Amino acid sequence: MVASRAIGSLRRFTASRTLRCSGYICRSFTRSSVLLTRTHLNYGVKGDVAVIRINSPNSKVNTLSQELHSEFMEVMNEVWSSSQIRSAVLISTKPGCFIAGADLNMLNACTTSQEVTQISQEAQKTFEKLEKSTKPVVAAINGSCLGGGLELAISCQYRIATKDKKTVLGSPEVLLGILPGAGATQRLPKMVGIPAAFDIMLTGRGIRADRAKKMGLVDQLVEPLGPGVKPSEERTIEYLEEVAITFAKGLADKKITPKRDKGLVEKLTSYALSIPFVRQQIYKKVEEKVRKQTKGLYPAPLKIIDVVKTGIEQGSNAGYLSESQRFGELAMTKESKALMGLYRGQTQCKKNKFGAPQKEVKQLAVLGAGLMGAGIAQVSVDKGLQTILKDTTLPALGRGQQQVFKGLNDKVKKKTLTSFERDTMFSNLIGQLDYRGFEKADMVIEAVFEDLNLKHRVLKEVEAVIPDHCVFASNTSALPIGEIATVSKRPEKVIGMHYFSPVDKMQLLEIITTEKTSKDTTASAVDVGLRQGKVIIVVKDGPGFYTTRCLAPMMSEVIRILQEGVGPKKLDSLTTSFGFPVGAATLVDEVGVDVAKHVAENLSKDFGERFAGGSLEMLRQMISKGFLGRKSGKGFYIYQEGVKNKNLNSDMDSILASLKMPSQPDVSSDEDIQYRLVTRFVNEAVLCLQEGVLATPTEGDIGAVFGLGFPPCLGGPFHFVDLYGAQKIVDRLRKYEAAYGKQFTPCQLLVDHANNPNKKFYQ
Amino acid sequence: MNQNFKMTSLLTYTFKNLPSTSKWALRFCVRPLSSSSQLQAAAASQTKSKKTLAKPNIRNIVVVDGVRIPFLLSGTSYKDLMPHDLARAALLGLLHQTSVPKDVVDYIVFGTVIQEVKTSNVAREAALGAGFSDKTPAHTVTMACISSNQAMTTAVGLIASGQCDVVVAGGVELMSDVPIRHSRKMRKMMLDLNKAKTLAQRLSVISKFRLNFLSPELPAVSEFSTSETMGHSADRLAAAFAISREEQDEYALRSHSLAKRAQDEGLLSDIVPFKVPGRDTVTQDNGIRPSSLDQMAKLKPAFIKPYGTVTAANSSFLTDGASAVLIMAEEKALAMGYKPKAYLRDFMYVSQDPKDQLLLGPTYATPKVLEKAGLTMNDIDAFEFHEAFSGQILANLKAMDSDWFAQNYMGRKAKVGSPPLEKFNNWGGSLSLGHPFGATGCRLVMAAANRLRKEGGQYGLVAACAAGGQVGHRSLIGASRKLFS
Repeated sequence: MVASRAIGSLRRFTASRTLRCSGYICRSFTRSSVLLTRTHLNYGVKGDVAVIRINSPNSKVNTLSQELHSEFMEVMNEVWSSSQIRSAVLISTKPGCFIAGADLNMLNACTTSQEVTQISQEAQKTFEKLEKSTKPVVAAINGSCLGGGLELAISCQYRIATKDKKTVLGSPEVLLGILPGAGATQRLPKMVGIPAAFDIMLTGRGIRADRAKKMGLVDQLVEPLGPGVKPSEERTIEYLEEVAITFAKGLADKKITPKRDKGLVEKLTSYALSIPFVRQQIYKKVEEKVRKQTKGLYPAPLKIIDVVKTGIEQGSNAGYLSESQRFGELAMTKESKALMGLYRGQTQCKKNKFGAPQKEVKQLAVLGAGLMGAGIAQVSVDKGLQTILKDTTLPALGRGQQQVFKGLNDKVKKKTLTSFERDTMFSNLIGQLDYRGFEKADMVIEAVFEDLNLKHRVLKEVEAVIPDHCVFASNTSALPIGEIATVSKRPEKVIGMHYFSPVDKMQLLEIITTEKTSKDTTASAVDVGLRQGKVIIVVKDGPGFYTTRCLAPMMSEVIRILQEGVGPKKLDSLTTSFGFPVGAATLVDEVGVDVAKHVAENLSKDFGERFAGGSLEMLRQMISKGFLGRKSGKGFYIYQEGVKNKNLNSDMDSILASLKMPSQPDVSSDEDIQYRLVTRFVNEAVLCLQEGVLATPTEGDIGAVFGLGFPPCLGGPFHFVDLYGAQKIVDRLRKYEAAYGKQFTPCQLLVDHANNPNKKFYQ
Repeated sequence: MNQNFKMTSLLTYTFKNLPSTSKWALRFCVRPLSSSSQLQAAAASQTKSKKTLAKPNIRNIVVVDGVRIPFLLSGTSYKDLMPHDLARAALLGLLHQTSVPKDVVDYIVFGTVIQEVKTSNVAREAALGAGFSDKTPAHTVTMACISSNQAMTTAVGLIASGQCDVVVAGGVELMSDVPIRHSRKMRKMMLDLNKAKTLAQRLSVISKFRLNFLSPELPAVSEFSTSETMGHSADRLAAAFAISREEQDEYALRSHSLAKRAQDEGLLSDIVPFKVPGRDTVTQDNGIRPSSLDQMAKLKPAFIKPYGTVTAANSSFLTDGASAVLIMAEEKALAMGYKPKAYLRDFMYVSQDPKDQLLLGPTYATPKVLEKAGLTMNDIDAFEFHEAFSGQILANLKAMDSDWFAQNYMGRKAKVGSPPLEKFNNWGGSLSLGHPFGATGCRLVMAAANRLRKEGGQYGLVAACAAGGQVGHRSLIGASRKLFS
């Protein structure tokens, strides 16, 4: 419960969105020599239509690598030179994937921006040739068509896509801190209009086929087929090919024109955009919006605007040149390296390194229908997991059931679910007040109030009714799992599953294993988490585990900074301008002052002076006045239903005044305040790795970014140390240590890294 | 409006031993009492001596006869009528055809799909209007395109359980008129207005009125569960089984040509003329229109545009019509001197995935019902399958002929095999004769029974597909047997 609702609401240009595009997976870079036999493509001729089929070997996805690129050029040259061929179809025979993007390893292998620029220019040339092809080429798209895949598709004369949930088109480059470097910045505005093109490239969001058709990104849709005399996936691809061939023929015979009829609104918009003044206004508006949302921390979106502008205002030659150069520059930025690192980390944390559990969980039970319990139930039932939701009173249970229903119904309103799908998902939920049916449960996740005695009682009750193989998972943000497990008859089946609120929005799941937890129990918990769509880190048991433990010293510093006279608004702006999605004072309100106090008290017992800093008295006084944060309507700010701009809670002034401490001017500049917060966080994270709470730096980064909102542009604490320099961080810590003492003493591992510049968390 | 072809297969076995008599002749040769020993003697004398499908301790159930009014394209001669008018006409036709005394009928069941809200129990309204005793109970069932199959199997259940001896089952559909409602918002406002007591309350309710309240609500065109229209689903099904436009057009042409021939040769003997008030007497189906492949090829796809394969020419059309059959316990029929047209033997309902297998009911049901009856495909002499779309029929034939499909989707070791076309829908089908959703099932059964009598044969198999609603697809099988001469 440490992370807040507000973190979940972070939207554009931040990681939670950034890393959602799971299709964009980089292929391991295999360098096979390009022989006459093609490895990625095969090509056949049907009548007068060349059918080019993409299927990269030994990979779940096709990526636009240099080999694929050169094979494609070879094939196209044959197509263009053959007198027999009049048109071509480009299709992937890999299920669920057209082309998922460029080969990221190809970019990572580059050491200078010039190299990257050159890659971009080669691709630009190929795609320009394709665009100018006199023989029409139809892209037949089934599955993810992202990044370079989309750029290839929009260079073709015609696009046909399957109306499948897996078929997603998009330009997620911005989420990796780069831009579409193979012509999309030039082609998209012409194809879908300037505003839509900005939307695609600046948000990086995936567009489903039916919407792509409306936007003019694809020309025809093909419905996925059910089973016939072959499996549906196979037959759907075949059918897509058949349809694409008829359209390729039609285009070659000029019976079909690739031009689309524009609606009235579209015509008016494109007329308006032909006026330079209107265009300037649009650039200005978009740029303002981007600056506001990124706070200048992410260079890629601004470059995208710049490149699009160059192409439109100065012609496409200038546009392409600008695109390739900016692409090269961006690929070398720290931000891009951080974001790509996170992307890789996210991919890793979507795998179960503990293997498949002996028994797959089919029946889940959740104890406690509060915010967390209902959230856990929601992300389970919508994946088809049978879930019992148990509470002790009917009103509490009803509230939880309503939360699940609302979560599903909101998706119906957004049209990502049909009402029928909602109903079948909701039927997977059984609400009850007793332990009926628990004898069939494969896993019980308790999400009752954070009280050790209560957790003990619940554990004993549950163990009396569940079968032997059933896993007992505790959702807690700070209570050590080992202590909870002390009353268990079977501690090897007890594990921690720390979800973040709101569960349906926050991607992270922190799984906590004790020394007694069996490997199969862990495998089972990871499996359930993955099925719930979570990104998972597995950490060792201990006070605060990993996430809560990193956040606590930072929160302690937040209180001290407030005591030193920095107002909540100022503090919020300092933290958000550093890249945190939510300001530090707001975060306290969101988490809940009582929860923050509870955690802080517990952890300061365990960690003593290192977690000191601000006075917990502030939180105590706030609680006594009923300022619990958002949930009580008042915290540092006043929260009112329907009021968007929150105002400061003026009643806090007296509390702040009574606890005021003198500030130390040499460590209280804006920058110092930011670094006091961040270095404490980072130091604690590195200590967790040093102590073995964390198994890998990757999990540390993923946990910090996805669970706590650590600035994605910094890539998480470990990327931050690598990219910013361990020495600089240690220097800062020493400086603050001089002012405040032990709380800032850098941990040994960090010092080691500072002493040896070759030591990196990521090699 | 096709949402209601719920998939069913109705299988009927008929065994024949004597040439058919004309329907008029039949009327006049009602025999006084005949005994079951006669029946056994008749059975023993068959040329094709299959084992009897009679089951120990279960009453034999027979179709005495059945009729239908001509099936018409929607918006033609029946367009000013109401559903119960059509159903009444079918009932009167049945009474006329069979001369069954009204008071002998224990129960009446009708199937319908799109319900007229004024006559939601259309069976009862039609029965009262036709002059049946007001002491005869009647109810209406709905199960998409197999609603009248459901009516017939309901009758079988009532008789088999000893509740009844004589049941009339039928079906009706009037697609010329469908209930178009006010929008939910408008309805809510009107209901609130009803409750409002004072002028002020009324005004406050009225003040909530918005222009969009006036947009009407049509009966759903798409499946409730998948939001997909039937035609769209059929087009996808045809594509899944790689059935070409040409094949579909050829099959549709076959259906129309066979129907035309059957019509010209007077084989569609289940039709009873219907004098429509204010119009001429309707004597025959008006949807039979054999065309040419060239003409059909010119049509544009009706659902998946512009490249789909299902067109108006290879789909069944919206139809008005009604049908009714007289079902009795065998001993009762014989006691009353009837020469029943068929036994109703086994039936089975199945259901599948409403998205991708919406129209594949016959494929699933056929092997099951054959096994249940202890027969094989070769034993069947007359197949009558409901033709919702050419593509759907051809997909079913392909699925039944595919080992891969049988193994992967039906959990069977091998395919059941597809019915030979020379025994298949020889007198036309729903594509050409029309498809009044609720009434098709009875037509199929009577077509199978009449074909066995005419062509000579022992067993008939009836299957239909239906879709929509909360359940998938079903299939029903009956064995029918002609008795006496």
